[in-house]
Amino acid sequence: MLLYDTRYRSATIQVIALIGFMLLAAWIITNTIQNLEALGKPVEFGFFGEPASYDINQRLLEYDSRDSHLRAAFIGLLNTLVVAVLGCITATIIGVFVGVLRLSNNWLVARIMTVYVEMFRNVPVLLWIVLAMAILIESLPAPRAFRGDNPTATMDFFNSVAVTNRGVYVPEFLFSRSLGDIHFFGTSSLRFDVSLDLIAVLVVLGGSIFAMRKVSAWATAAQESTGDRPTIWHINLAILFVPMIVLLGALGFHLGYPELKGFNFTGGTHMRNSLIALWLALSLYTAAFIAEIVRAGIMAISKGQTEAASALGLRPGRTMRLVILPQALRVIIPPMISNYLNLTKNSSLAIAVGYMDITGTLGGITMNQTGRELECVLLLMLVYLAISLSISAVMNWYNNRVKLVER
Amino acid sequence: MKKSVILGVATIAGLAAGAAAAGTVDDVKARGKLNCGVATGVPGFASPDANGEWQGFDVAVCRAVAAAVLDDPSAVEFIPTTGKTRFTALASGEIDMLARNTTWTFSRDVDLKFEFVGINYYDGQGFMVPKALGVSSAKELDGATVCIQTGTTTELNLADFFRINNMSYEPVPIETNAEAQQQYLAGACDVYTTDASGLAATRATFENAGDHVILPEIISKEPLGPLVRHGDHEWGDVVRWTLNALIAAEEMGVTSANIDEMSAGTDNPEVNRLLGSEGTLGEMLGLDATWAQRAIKAGGNYGEVFAKNIGEETPIGLARGLNAQWTDGGLLYSPPFR
Repeated sequence: MLLYDTRYRSATIQVIALIGFMLLAAWIITNTIQNLEALGKPVEFGFFGEPASYDINQRLLEYDSRDSHLRAAFIGLLNTLVVAVLGCITATIIGVFVGVLRLSNNWLVARIMTVYVEMFRNVPVLLWIVLAMAILIESLPAPRAFRGDNPTATMDFFNSVAVTNRGVYVPEFLFSRSLGDIHFFGTSSLRFDVSLDLIAVLVVLGGSIFAMRKVSAWATAAQESTGDRPTIWHINLAILFVPMIVLLGALGFHLGYPELKGFNFTGGTHMRNSLIALWLALSLYTAAFIAEIVRAGIMAISKGQTEAASALGLRPGRTMRLVILPQALRVIIPPMISNYLNLTKNSSLAIAVGYMDITGTLGGITMNQTGRELECVLLLMLVYLAISLSISAVMNWYNNRVKLVER
Repeated sequence: MKKSVILGVATIAGLAAGAAAAGTVDDVKARGKLNCGVATGVPGFASPDANGEWQGFDVAVCRAVAAAVLDDPSAVEFIPTTGKTRFTALASGEIDMLARNTTWTFSRDVDLKFEFVGINYYDGQGFMVPKALGVSSAKELDGATVCIQTGTTTELNLADFFRINNMSYEPVPIETNAEAQQQYLAGACDVYTTDASGLAATRATFENAGDHVILPEIISKEPLGPLVRHGDHEWGDVVRWTLNALIAAEEMGVTSANIDEMSAGTDNPEVNRLLGSEGTLGEMLGLDATWAQRAIKAGGNYGEVFAKNIGEETPIGLARGLNAQWTDGGLLYSPPFR
C-alpha cells in the first residue's frame, strides 16, 4: 500500500493534496464562468479593441480619445513605470543618506533622521500621498496669479520655470534640425516612437565615456611604468563636452520655455502635481524603510573593519564609502528588492490624486465604462505580477554579482 | 482604488454564491430594511444632514420605496457609492437599488445588465467657472484645465465635446465631489464639469456662490433615474411604479396635505385606483392596497420632493424646467394607473 510504505508515503500524501487543491481551483473557476454566463456576461476580451472614448492627461506617447482601450491601458502602464522608476531611484538615494546619517555621531542629525524614519514608516502611505497633493494644491499659486501687470506670482530661474498648483513647468529640449523619429509597430495599439535625436545624444555620450575610460587606463599604465601620473582631467573634460556641443549645435538644440497662454502655461515640459505628489510621497515613505535596511546593513559589518580602516589612515567618509558600504550592500540588497516591489505596488494608489496609472485606466475608467470587472482585474493582476517579477529578476541578477563568492 | 478591486473580487464571489437567490422583494421584506445605494454626498440630492439623517431628492426615492414595501420610510440602509463603485455594488447584490444621479445609457442598460426603472431628473452636463475668468461660453474653454469625476458619463461627453469643437483641454480626474470642490476652489482647475444639477448643488455650498457662473451650454442629455438589476422584474416593477406614483400624484393633485382626505375616496377613479380605494393594483404588484399612499406620504409627491430638496426656495435653487409635468410643458409623464 502506498500509504503504509514509508518509501512512498510522503509522495502519496503530496499527490493527494495536489489533486484536492486542483479540484478546488477548478470548481471555483468553472463556477465563476458559469455564473457569469448565466448573468449574460461571458468572459471575453473583445472590448479591448473598442475606442476608449476618454482622455488621459499625462501621456508619454500620443493618444486620443478615439484610441482603443488597449492603448489606454498601455499609456497607463507607462505612467505606472515612470512613477515606479522615479520613486525607486529617489527612495534609494534618500534612504541611503538617511540610513547613514542615522548612525552619525552628531546627536542632532541622528535624532532628526530617527524622527523622519518613525514619522514616515508609521503612517499609511495613502495619507502621505493625499497630504502631499493637498499641500501642492493649496500652497502654490494658480496660473492666473502669474497674469496681469502686477502678478502675485512670478516664474523662477530667469523666467524659465513656472511653479503652479497644477504642476511645475520646466524648459523642454527642442531640436530645430531634428533627425525625426523611428516608428515601431505601425498603427497597432502598442505603437511607439523613438526619437533619433535622443539616440544620437546617447550614442555620443556613450562614446565619450568609453574614450574617457581609455584615457584613464592609459594614464594608469603610464603611472605604473614611469611613476608619474600624467594630468588628464582637461583631456577628459574635452572628450566629454566637445563632441556633445558639436552634436547639439548640429541638431539645432534650443530650450522651449513655458509661457502663460490662455488658461495655462504652454510649451516646456509639464510635470503634473499628481505625479509630483505621488512620486514625493512614495519616495519619502519607502526611503524610511530603506534607511532602516541600510542602517541594519552597516551595523552588520563588524567594528573591526572600521578600526582597521582607521589604522590604515582612512578618513571616516572614505571608510564608509570604500570599506563599509561595499560590504554592507550584500546584506542590504535582498530586503531592498521587496521595498522596490512595495513601492511599485503602492503606486496603484495613484488615483487618490488623479494620476492616471494602469489602475486608473485599465482598472478604473475602462473597467467602469465597459463593466468587465473580472477581465480587467485579472489583467491588472497579471500586469503587476509581470512588473514585480521583472524587478525581482533584475535585482537578483545584481545581487548575484555583488554577493561574496565563497568557496 | 483598492476598494473597487476588492469590490470587483467580491462581485465574483457574490455571483458565484448568489446565482439562484430569491426575489428581491422577498429579500427586502425578510431583512426588514432596504439597501439603497446613494451618492457619497451631493447636497440636495443625497447627503446626511446635521443629525446624520440622509436627505435629498434621490434619497426621497429610496424612502418612498421603503415606505411602499416595508411601511416605514426610515427602514433604509443608505450605502454611499462613488461613480466607480456604484455598478459593482448593485451587480453584486450589496444594494437592492441604486438612486444616485445615474445616467440612463444604452450600454449600462443592455451591456451592464441593469434596468433603469424611469427618470426622476432630466439633466444635462454643464460647466462651472469662476466669474473672474471672464468666460461666457463653453466654446471659449480651449486649453483649460477641467476637473471631472472619474467613472461617469461626463468623462466621455467631455472628450467628445472638446473633440467635436476642435479644442484642447487638460482633464484632472477626481474620485468624489468633495475632492473636486477642493481642487476647483484652489484654482487647480479652471472649470468643473458635471451634470448641471450637481453643479448647482455644489455651487450652493460655496462661501461666495456669486463668484462662480454656470455656463449656458448643456452638452449632453443626462436622464437620471433609479436602477435595479436585470432579471428580477417583480422588484423592478415595484421601484418603477413607486416612482410613477410620485409623479402621477403631482399630476392628479394628490399632496401630502390632502392625501388622507383623498384616500377615503374621490370622484376621480384614477386617484382611487392609485390610492387603493378602488381596484387591486397593489395586489398585482405583490404589495397591499395602500402601497402608493405610503410612498406619497413618505415625502410628498414628486413636486413636493423637488421643492423641498432642490427647488427654487432652497439654496440649490433649480427651476423645474424639463422636470415639470407634461401638462406644464415639461417631460414628466407617468403611464396611466389602470
